Amino acid sequence: MTSPQIEIQLIAVVVAIACAIPGVFLVLRKMALISDAISHSILPGIVLGFFITHDLNSPLLILMAAVTGVITVVLVEAIQRTGLVKEDTAIGLVFPALFSIGVILIAKNANDVHLDVDAVLLGELAFAPFDRLIMGGVDVGPKSLWIMGGILISIIALLLLFYKELKVSTFDIGLSSALGISPLVMHYGLMSVSSVTVVGAFDAVGAILVVAMMIAPAATAYLLTSDLKKMLVLSVVFGVFSALAGYWMANLLDASISGSMSTMLGIVFLIVYLFAPQKGLIAVLYRQKQQRTEVSLLTFLLHLNNHTEIEERHINHLQEHINWQKVRSKTVLNLALKNNMIEIENKVVSLTEKGKDFTDLALEYIITNKDEKIEPMKDDFFLFRG
Amino acid sequence: MNLIEYFELVVTDYTLRTITLGTAVLGAICGMLGSFAVLRKQSLLGDAISHAALPGIAIAFLITGAKDSNTLLLGALVSGLLGTFWIRGIIKKTHLKTDTALGLILSLFFGFGMLLLTFIQKQPNANQAGLDKYLFGQAATLLESDVLLMVIVTGVALIVLLLFWKEFKIMLFDADYTKTLGFNTRFIDTLITFFIVLAIVLGLQTVGVVLMSAMLLAPAAAARQWTNKLSTMIFIAAIFGAFSGVFGTAISASQNNLSTGPVIVLVAAVFVLISFVFSPGRGLLFRQLRFLQNRRDLKLQKTLQFMYDIVKTHDNISHPHAIRILNNFHGFTKKSLQQLEEKQWITLSGQEWSMTQKGFSKAENLYNQPLPND
Repeated sequence: MTSPQIEIQLIAVVVAIACAIPGVFLVLRKMALISDAISHSILPGIVLGFFITHDLNSPLLILMAAVTGVITVVLVEAIQRTGLVKEDTAIGLVFPALFSIGVILIAKNANDVHLDVDAVLLGELAFAPFDRLIMGGVDVGPKSLWIMGGILISIIALLLLFYKELKVSTFDIGLSSALGISPLVMHYGLMSVSSVTVVGAFDAVGAILVVAMMIAPAATAYLLTSDLKKMLVLSVVFGVFSALAGYWMANLLDASISGSMSTMLGIVFLIVYLFAPQKGLIAVLYRQKQQRTEVSLLTFLLHLNNHTEIEERHINHLQEHINWQKVRSKTVLNLALKNNMIEIENKVVSLTEKGKDFTDLALEYIITNKDEKIEPMKDDFFLFRG
Repeated sequence: MNLIEYFELVVTDYTLRTITLGTAVLGAICGMLGSFAVLRKQSLLGDAISHAALPGIAIAFLITGAKDSNTLLLGALVSGLLGTFWIRGIIKKTHLKTDTALGLILSLFFGFGMLLLTFIQKQPNANQAGLDKYLFGQAATLLESDVLLMVIVTGVALIVLLLFWKEFKIMLFDADYTKTLGFNTRFIDTLITFFIVLAIVLGLQTVGVVLMSAMLLAPAAAARQWTNKLSTMIFIAAIFGAFSGVFGTAISASQNNLSTGPVIVLVAAVFVLISFVFSPGRGLLFRQLRFLQNRRDLKLQKTLQFMYDIVKTHDNISHPHAIRILNNFHGFTKKSLQQLEEKQWITLSGQEWSMTQKGFSKAENLYNQPLPND
């Protein structure tokens, strides 16, 4: 590995961590799309800042862009408060308009400088090591590493300082205001931090991919755990892994680093989405299928309970009477038999003692439908589990 | 070229006419279908779909090696639909919320698309230039065949809209009721989503991936302010969309270095702004005026009530009183007294006022709301 390669990976890792942490809170607060809006609408801020300083790495640029980000949030909320349109429409109206202003500003004024729209959208991590920070004549490393490093340290410091407040205001706004933690301050604080992160990351990964860096690790982690601390750690891990793996994939394909980083994030998300043990697609589908069978079993037992007539309980007529397909009735019948809930004599099905008890309990549950009722049942029977 | 020259040229110049027609038709279809997206609270779905369409374009190019816009749009359509259904899947099957699902698909698909685009750019094949026009759109590349395609799709969408009008409408406002009536909600839902995706994909070439969502939303959000009727709203949205297209093209053509997409979006945003402020029913301006009017009326009524309390103690309601005695009560001015006289509730003569019969009965019934059945 050459030294620029190491530096690029270092920047990528720092960006990934810095994005993953605020991303967790955005996802939990159902404000994921605000990050999308911010990342688009900081463009005019960046352009204006650039016109003033003519330096893409100037702190003023970050400040201007962060202010534009907060203005976006304020604008969205102002439009929403008029009640003329819903929140999602408000977001959808504000950021394209601001982004358009940015694009037009670039097109009209900055044609001859190296600030083009592609760079803003995509960023170019590969060039990051060439922009060095010279301090007192000594080369101390790439500028963007210092900027993102600074942002990351402040994010971690803020997270440690306000962890409790963030947690409470994220999960229970009412409680947090009762405890004297202003949800408004937390909200705008998070928004400002997100804006600053998006701006800092934009020239490394670009405006849209920063959204991927924020949302994807958090969403992936959210599928695996419901513990905030674990979720933070996991999303950092996913972010860092995708950043490194993405870098090497880009190296291999000779393609955009940010693009391949978000592709890696996509692959990681897809895997977790499919195979997560509790909340993954396969687990959910399996559980739904099982629940369907269990409900069928219950219907079947209730049917048996309701009918004393032989013809209603004859094994060959069950299909017509409960209106099931052949395979399904067979599965349910076997399941009931296996659990000793029914017995079959001369092809007539009847409930056993255990089956009767179970049906009575189930009936009681259906009639009262209280959660406490089903708690002990969960242990006794396999039904209602999960 | 200034705007007047532009409008003279539109009639004669082939390219300009094609582009203008294209953006106008695009605006119309987006406004039409966008109305559904806005009303179904799926505004940002458009944003996600348009971003999700990008890898489709790249893959279609990789497979066919051709830059024929229809092939690329087919790829965009497929990947847009794929994104849409994955979003559905995430929302339905996991506990991730809508916003997360949208943001995820949007950024991941877009990132993958950018990976493919940069990969294509490094290929030895020289044919790849111009794929990045799908990022911001280039109305200038519109051909007559593209416009024809748009017109055909708009026509089909219109026919389907009219055929399924009742279903779409009921689905929009009460999905559960629709289900109980026995309509196939999944089919209706898929149909409308399909057309929204189609409209987005059509717009990619003109407006681009990044700004397409605004094209879908803005005309509809503007139209929503002027009416509460679905058919009227769709009609107005289509007109707003078409005008944004035409004006946007005109402005960008008359200036150097202005890409069409952002200008169209900004024109549409101006329509939204105007609608928010000036629409008579819901607009902010008239709402504020109504608010002030109500406040004035309330003040007048308060004054009248105060007068009524004085007059009540006298046998003759028209007995004149000095204006002075109202001084304890700060709710009156010369102007409000005049207004009261204009309404013939009181008569003024010099420094005295007296209540009329009309004013008396008005004040008597001030707090008796007439019942609807009366």
